[in-house]
Amino acid sequence: MSERYVLRSSAIASRLLGGEMMVMSATDSTFFTLNEVATTIWQAADGHTPLSEIVTKSVCRAFEVEPETALQDAQSFIDKLSGHGILLVSDQPLELQPAGSPEAA
Amino acid sequence: MSLTQNMNRRALALGVPWACHLDITYRCNERCVHCYLEHDDLGEMTTAEIKDVLDQLAQAGTLFLTLSGGEIFMRRDFFEILEYARRLLFNVRLKTNGVMIRQPEAERLLRLGVEQIQISVYSHRAEVHDAITKLPGSLRRTINAIQFLKSQGLNIILANVLMTANRHDHAGVRALARELGVTYSLDPTITPKIDGDRSILNLRVSGSELNQLFREDDLVGDAEQYCAPPPPPGEDEMQALPCHAGHTTIYISPYGDVFPCVQFPLPSGNVRRQKFIDIWQNSSALKDVRSIRVKDLPVCSTCSHAGTCSRCPGLAYMEGNMRGPSTTDCEKSYQRTGIPSANMLRMGRTDSSGAFVQIQPLAILN
Repeated sequence: MSERYVLRSSAIASRLLGGEMMVMSATDSTFFTLNEVATTIWQAADGHTPLSEIVTKSVCRAFEVEPETALQDAQSFIDKLSGHGILLVSDQPLELQPAGSPEAA
Repeated sequence: MSLTQNMNRRALALGVPWACHLDITYRCNERCVHCYLEHDDLGEMTTAEIKDVLDQLAQAGTLFLTLSGGEIFMRRDFFEILEYARRLLFNVRLKTNGVMIRQPEAERLLRLGVEQIQISVYSHRAEVHDAITKLPGSLRRTINAIQFLKSQGLNIILANVLMTANRHDHAGVRALARELGVTYSLDPTITPKIDGDRSILNLRVSGSELNQLFREDDLVGDAEQYCAPPPPPGEDEMQALPCHAGHTTIYISPYGDVFPCVQFPLPSGNVRRQKFIDIWQNSSALKDVRSIRVKDLPVCSTCSHAGTCSRCPGLAYMEGNMRGPSTTDCEKSYQRTGIPSANMLRMGRTDSSGAFVQIQPLAILN
């Protein structure tokens, strides 16, 4: 499988609350609560770090989980969030679009 | 429990200032007859100071940010502030009269991912609306703004403050909101002016008019249920917080003054002199607010409306005692149900004769 890169959309509002990330889509006001594992992936989703590296370096180290299982869960998680447009996924590195730019909305 | 309620509960448990109302100016291009503000610039925070406050709020955990005024578009740096707030990933809501919004501004607001824009409309009739705002042509410009914003798919709330001058027009404004495809909200609350002048309280609609409003299904949902006698308050109601002001929500004025809420002018600190987090965590005024439960309210805890009243501690504070009744809300409970509040029975009247307190810039007081 080719490498995947993930980037937080700038068309969202988000804040960490008690260790869990609260994410709200600016396009349809849908709210998401990310658990601690998902929050770790979310925070590392900088568009440049491959997903496999996020899983091995951030998730597996923090949560004592097997890399294969963690990667499967991470794939499922990013597919779900990308479907709502709050996480961007590509097989190429992604550049952050600041809020207010035409691509951000 | 909804996700939003769950988050609010968690923010409360963690002591997080989850929502902040930030007035970035008191200047305005309208002169509404009921407005409580003094519109001269007495030394607003600079762009850099506001950005610093936003940094501090984000650090403290604030997610919901309302930018209001005055008229927010009177600040030339408004979009710079908004863009900075969105970069910090706040959920941003705006309050404006819309007069300065045209197509380019509407497009920019969409690109910036603004969650909601509340726009004041007082009447569907220009002669009434413009007489209230004292700005000729303001209704036309405000409606144009709503149409620009709607064309972008933005979420608009049309806010209709009700007073004597427009008391016959709320149905017309509601129809206008339907026609424009936006949400309608009605608020009959008029508060004293910032300089203590109470003359604008004469603009409040009468009790009998409130009585009629509370019986309109279009406004309150199921009017029969809304106006039903209150069930006797139980232990849960007695242990409840009177309001979330100062617990999970906070207000900051254009001069950096911090209060529990825009409608609760209890001086709590100033971000020009202290870090926001120090005020939030250590202000004795906020600690006092947080110590209060419904059971601690000497009069209201004995009231049959204790579990259902919309009592605003800020309005009570304006009447002289944040643990006391808010006679405005006593009146609402009475007009809604026909059952007098404990305070009305005690005083034998429904209005307050005491001096009102309003927001005063701390920099001027000190």
